[in-house]
Amino acid sequence: MTITEQRQAVEVRPRMTIGTREAEPVGVGDTQVVFDVQAFSAYYGSFRALKEITFQIREHQITAIIGPSGCGKSTLLRGFNRMNDLVQSAHSDGQILYHGVDLYAPDVDPVEVRRRIGMVFQKPNPFPKSIYDNVAFGPRVAGFKGDMGERVEQSLRRAALWDEVKDKLTTPGTALSGGQQQRLCIARAIAVEPDVILMDEPCSALDPVATLRIEELMHELKQNYTIVIVTHNMQQAARASDVTAFLTMGEDRAGYLVEMDSTDKIFTRPEHRLTEDYITGRFG
Amino acid sequence: MSATTSPSASDLVALRLRGGGFDWRSYVLHGAMLLAMVLALGILIVLLADVAVRALPVLTQRPIEFLTSDLSSRPARAGIAQGLEGSLLLVLFVAVLAMPIGVGAAVYLEEYARDTRVTRFVRTNIRNLAGVPAIVYGLLGLAVFVTLLGLGKILIVGGLTLAILVLPIVVITTSEALRAVPASIREAALGVGATRWEMVRSHVLPYAAPGILTGTILSLARAFGETAPLLMVGAVAGTFSAHGGLIDQLTGSYTALPTIVFNWVGQPQDEFRSLTAATIVVLVAVILLVNGTAIVLRNRYDRRW
Amino acid sequence: MTRLTALDLRVAPRRRRRESAVRIAFAAAAGLTIVISAAIVLSLIGNALSFIAKVDLGALWSDGWFPRRGLYDIKTIVAGTLIIAGIAMLVAAPLGIATALYLSEYAGRRTRSILKPALELLAAIPSVVLGFFALTWISPNLIQAFTDAPLFSMASAGIAVGILVTPLVSSVAEDAMHAVPDYLREASYGLGARRRTTSVRVVVPAAVSGIVAALLLGISRAIGETMIVAIAAGATGGSLFSVNPLAPGQTMTAAMTSLAIGSDQVRGAALTFESLFFVGLLLFLMTLTLNLASEAFVRRVRRQY
Repeated sequence: MTITEQRQAVEVRPRMTIGTREAEPVGVGDTQVVFDVQAFSAYYGSFRALKEITFQIREHQITAIIGPSGCGKSTLLRGFNRMNDLVQSAHSDGQILYHGVDLYAPDVDPVEVRRRIGMVFQKPNPFPKSIYDNVAFGPRVAGFKGDMGERVEQSLRRAALWDEVKDKLTTPGTALSGGQQQRLCIARAIAVEPDVILMDEPCSALDPVATLRIEELMHELKQNYTIVIVTHNMQQAARASDVTAFLTMGEDRAGYLVEMDSTDKIFTRPEHRLTEDYITGRFG
Repeated sequence: MSATTSPSASDLVALRLRGGGFDWRSYVLHGAMLLAMVLALGILIVLLADVAVRALPVLTQRPIEFLTSDLSSRPARAGIAQGLEGSLLLVLFVAVLAMPIGVGAAVYLEEYARDTRVTRFVRTNIRNLAGVPAIVYGLLGLAVFVTLLGLGKILIVGGLTLAILVLPIVVITTSEALRAVPASIREAALGVGATRWEMVRSHVLPYAAPGILTGTILSLARAFGETAPLLMVGAVAGTFSAHGGLIDQLTGSYTALPTIVFNWVGQPQDEFRSLTAATIVVLVAVILLVNGTAIVLRNRYDRRW
Repeated sequence: MTRLTALDLRVAPRRRRRESAVRIAFAAAAGLTIVISAAIVLSLIGNALSFIAKVDLGALWSDGWFPRRGLYDIKTIVAGTLIIAGIAMLVAAPLGIATALYLSEYAGRRTRSILKPALELLAAIPSVVLGFFALTWISPNLIQAFTDAPLFSMASAGIAVGILVTPLVSSVAEDAMHAVPDYLREASYGLGARRRTTSVRVVVPAAVSGIVAALLLGISRAIGETMIVAIAAGATGGSLFSVNPLAPGQTMTAAMTSLAIGSDQVRGAALTFESLFFVGLLLFLMTLTLNLASEAFVRRVRRQY
């Protein structure tokens, strides 16, 4: 049977109904749950950007969030480390539980949240400081009193950048190439010893070679961290992630979760018609 | 396949997420910034209030006489009429001279000149001129107009000196206003066959006019308050007799409101304090009025586009 | 139907003449700015050299600045200038940078709509007014209340100059901080820094070139300031060399004012004129150096982003 016939043979039915909790995806795999997202909706003023997202993210996996532009993937990602707080009009409904604790509880300090849930951005943004100071910034701010040199070296090693920069730690971070800068940003995020690393389209500003290096890096990193990556590059999601969540935009322009499953399953035997259309390039 | 963490671990996480204690350093920084703001605003308020209070005796008892009398060594008779005339004429001079020349120079630099070393030098030179202390312009006026050209210490010389002082500012603000004109407007005009001047006159200048006007008016307000250059070129800091017609005024001794202030500040009698304060009130009131008008104009016309 | 030839595509002669007349007129206006610069430099240098030639060189390093007695001790007036500029920056640097930081990183719309106009208002106040304020309020209430200083002192003038310069420092520093791109702030917040840390450890270091430029401009302005020091720092008859801020002092600009208005008539009367330009040249060179240095720092800011 051809793949197409295979697909046609499977009855395509929606795996979940929006708004109900009966068919919620419980994440894939057998590690601990890190994020338990429950009917999370995000708003900018009166505009709803995300509609009742429900799913779970598990430890030591790479979870990819894919979907067409504008469907709210970045908003969802930023919901995990409360970066949306920086926008005046942003507010949310529902819950995101992090190790069982509601991230949006009134007494939770966003600064503490961000020290445990780090972020790497789309365009590499090293500080105009030396490489050493870039990596040391996070620990210093968090009050780290131990051996900073060791922490910097360890972070740079884990980001697969140490060998390239060990002799020029005092040179500006902005003098590195694009791919190196992004690995520096990863080292910087790692230096605060987070639990989770969020990545917002980390390779979209990089060339293919640098992209592949970062994808390899992600595989190494997942042993020690949990990684959630937003990407519009489907091949990357298929290559690099363990679990994939597919979001799309409804008619009210609010993003909603269509399907979430192991990456293999999403890309070979998706349950939902929309997912299949997106994967095969029919839209988005 | 465990779904959630055990209660005690999540309590631990919650505790850490609630954050450390009191961040005293943020409060210190906030306090320092607020103190700075209070000081800056406070000084302004104290200054205006103090001057206003001191000016009250003169302004309440003899306001009209104060505005229409001539300078006198007797405080009970002294007035600022000559200063008002002088300042008005000086500002008119500056407007008539500095505005066309300044706008013309800016138009040349922005619309006609190619980006060569020469034009870049001219631009840098103008920027430097804007930073030259006002008193040096007074020296220029003294050397060239009073002495070299032998014009003497007359109002025309004062006007020329102030015009030169204000010129770089007019050029800079006009340049900024011209640069803000979108390229599409220029292209549209050139596209229907206009020459460069026709394009500038009919499209660029009207669009940039609010910005140019605002800049010019603000520089006139600046000229209105200048003292040092006038002192250098011989504005009278004492008393002199009133003048007849316009020609006499332009070619004779003169004074201005700021120079009157300077003169009276140096007088020992107490009554002069009140006169000085009253003059300052007039001076500051005019400057505020002019600045305010310029900003209102800019806001009103900006909306049209 | 007539066929178009290349001849028809030429610009009509009248239009062409007008176009080049306009172009020449504007170019002349731009060229005038060079003429002005040249005139300043030439008149300063010419007369200053004439002074050096005629003066007894020993008088340039004597006990004090007493032109009436033929003593032209430069270090007196330079010391006065630097002391007052120093005191001014002690006031303007913290106030200016703190207000700039607040406006750039913290202020909401309402605070900003009060603070910015207030600073602009402060900037519009002429220096004679601040000189009056220094003499009548700052000196008695801030200086004499706590020390045994006389009414005329470099400290009171210095504080007033600081107030004058604060809006300038604040505005340039704020522009520098505002120019720091948002993605750097995002990176900092993403690492778990709070607003204070982000402002102080990321924004300010990134804006440091612009802040230095602001301070250099402030110093330049303070050095060139005339009326405040002429009114409030005293020493119109000349002064001994002094570094005591609580004493009266003579700055370069105040010395020039006294020479110009004739309160410092010089023994060989011819030298009054030249000495004026000699000091003027010194002043010009100092402020020019500072302005050029400031521009160099502004260029560094532009290169970074």
